Amino acid sequence: MDVLDREIIKALQGDIPLSSRPWQEIAENIGIKEEELLSRIRKFKENGIIRRLGAVVRHNKAGFTVNAMLALQVEESKADEAGLKLAGFEEISHCYLRKVPEDFPYNLFAMVHASSEEELAGIIKRIVEATGINEYRVLRSLREMKKVSMTYF
Amino acid sequence: MELTRLDKEILNILQNDFPLVERPYAVIADRLGISEEEVLARVKVLKEEGVIRRIGGVIDAQKLGFYSTLCACHVEEDKVWEAAGIINQEKGVTHNYLRDDWYNLWFTLTSPSPEEGEKIIKDLEKRIGAEIKSMPAQKVYKIKAVFTGR
Repeated sequence: MDVLDREIIKALQGDIPLSSRPWQEIAENIGIKEEELLSRIRKFKENGIIRRLGAVVRHNKAGFTVNAMLALQVEESKADEAGLKLAGFEEISHCYLRKVPEDFPYNLFAMVHASSEEELAGIIKRIVEATGINEYRVLRSLREMKKVSMTYF
Repeated sequence: MELTRLDKEILNILQNDFPLVERPYAVIADRLGISEEEVLARVKVLKEEGVIRRIGGVIDAQKLGFYSTLCACHVEEDKVWEAAGIINQEKGVTHNYLRDDWYNLWFTLTSPSPEEGEKIIKDLEKRIGAEIKSMPAQKVYKIKAVFTGR
């Protein structure tokens, strides 16, 4: 990561200009050629620093009115199998295995997006069937208190 | 706002396949058989209506050398706003949700190092008067945008 890389992350961590040639605008602001910018962004995508490029959507405004965090209790030896099964669900956006405290032993987390309570119940039923895990908690988001993108630099 | 079929098609391309070329919206327009101006105008509406939060890079904090964790705490119902206000002031807190569980406030914290993260958590515990449980990820199985065209 050099100074230029940091400048590029700075430009991409927020909202890029909505114009015909957004990269050219960014490149101009940084003071490099558009080509150079595109090749550096390509490198960021290859090495995974930029995981995804594009629109970040507000789930609740895109038809997903019921958004829940599903936390399942799984033995570590069986976590990969269950995690990979969950990853295959198109209604799940994020899935992580986490280190959890004793009083919250649900270590496999999945963010589930549905358009109704009925749909959510159906998805959970399919998850339980697919993984064989019966110990879980459904934590619905009642209110978004904060949602911003991280400012790294 | 009610999303049209075209909106959903645009959203799916914008979310998962944003072209890394000089004129990305012209490429999207070609794929949809409409003009670049039409795509830009539609995206403008989707942003103004709040459907699109932003267009940019989703950055992997760990790969950039940062530490991140999911935190949970239990706060009395009448203190939720006050506690959330204190937590939200922290620059590294990017998501904070009120949830329907005994642990009712769940937030993500990103910091330059685990040590700094722990320091911030300890400080927040004092300021909100509640214990905070940190649950860092051990493995990632999926991070992807959900399709809107269902």
